Amino acid sequence: MAITDLVVPCIVAFILLYGLIKRVDVFSVFCEGASEGLRTCADILPALVLLLTFIGMLRASGAIESLTEMLEPLCSAVGFPAECMPMVLLRPFSGSGAIAVYNEIASDSGVDSFAGRVAAVLLGSSETTFYTIAVYFSAVRVRKTRHAVPAALTADLTAWLVAGIVVTVFFGSF
Amino acid sequence: MKYVLGVIPFVAVIFGIINGKSSEMSAAVLDSATDAVTLALSLCGVMCLWSGLMKVAEQAGLVDKLSRLLSPVISLLFKGVGKGSRAAQLIAMNLTANLLGLGNASTPLGISAMQELSTSENAGDTATDNMVMLTVLNTASLQIIPTTAAALRASLGAQRPMEILPCVWIVSVYAVVVAVAAAKLLSYIGRRRKRNGNN
Repeated sequence: MAITDLVVPCIVAFILLYGLIKRVDVFSVFCEGASEGLRTCADILPALVLLLTFIGMLRASGAIESLTEMLEPLCSAVGFPAECMPMVLLRPFSGSGAIAVYNEIASDSGVDSFAGRVAAVLLGSSETTFYTIAVYFSAVRVRKTRHAVPAALTADLTAWLVAGIVVTVFFGSF
Repeated sequence: MKYVLGVIPFVAVIFGIINGKSSEMSAAVLDSATDAVTLALSLCGVMCLWSGLMKVAEQAGLVDKLSRLLSPVISLLFKGVGKGSRAAQLIAMNLTANLLGLGNASTPLGISAMQELSTSENAGDTATDNMVMLTVLNTASLQIIPTTAAALRASLGAQRPMEILPCVWIVSVYAVVVAVAAAKLLSYIGRRRKRNGNN
C-alpha cells in the first residue's frame, strides 16, 4: 500500500511546481486560500458543538446502542459493521453531523478497525444529499424536483453495502 | 433539519431515563462541547493546507485545463447541452471543482450552471432532465482526495491516514454510476408513463 502514501505528497509537489512554472505568486496565493480554509473551519464549529452534544447525549443514553443492536442482524447478514449505521442514516442530512458521528465511531472502535475504516470511507465517498438538492433547486426556484431525490438516494442507500464489501476486500473485516 | 434537532435531545432524554443513564448523559453534554472544539481544531490544519494548494491550482489554470478534459463526458451525460456553450462550461468547472475538493468554488459554479440550464431550457418550476443530472452528480461525492476523512483519521492516530483512498474511489465511482443510471432510468420511466397517460 506504499502507493497511497505517495499520492498526497506528489499532488502537493505537483501543484506547487505547476504554480511556479505558470508564474503564480505561490506563497501569497497559498496564504489567501489557507485563510479561506480557516474561515470554513470557523463556520462549521458552531454546528459541530450542537451536533456533537446531541450525538454525545444519544450515545450516553443508550439510544444509539439500541439502534445498533436492532440493525445488527441485517448488517451482519451483509457483512457491514452495525456501528456504522448511524453514519449511513445521518450522512445525507448533515455534513458536520457526519463528521461528529465519524469521530464517535472511530474513537469507540478504533481508527484502524473495520468499523473505523468503513466509516471513513463512507464519510469520504458521499455528500450531504438533501442539502445539495435543496440549495441547487431553490437557487432556480424549482419546486418539482422530479426524480432527483430518488436517483440520489438510490446511490446513497446502496453505497454503504459496497463500502462494507470494498473495505473487507482491501483490509479484511476485523 | 429543524425537526430533527428538536427530536434528538428528547429521544436521548427518554432513553436515558429508561436505561438509568442520566449521570452519563449530563457528563456527555459538557464533554461533547469541548470535543467539538478539539475536533474543529484538528481539522483546521489540513483544511487550510488544502484550500491554499487549491487556490494555487486555480490561479495556475489547472482547473480550466481539467474542465476541458471533462467536456466529452458532459456532452455524453447532458443531452442538448452544446459543446462550448455557457452551460457546458459551467458544468465542467463545477465538476472539476468537486473533483479537486474545492467546496467553496463548486457550489456557486453549480448554482450558476443550474441558472443557465433553467433559462436555456425554459424550466419554470419543474426540473429538467439536465438539471436533475447536474444535481445528482453533485450529491454523489466525486473527490480525488477525501481531505476531511483523511484529516480526521490522522488526528485520531491512524497509521496510514490515506490508505482508505482506493476504497473511497471505488465507492465514489460506484455511487456516481448508480446515480447517473438511476437518473436516466427514472426519467425514461417518467416519460413513458406520461405518454401512456396521454393516450
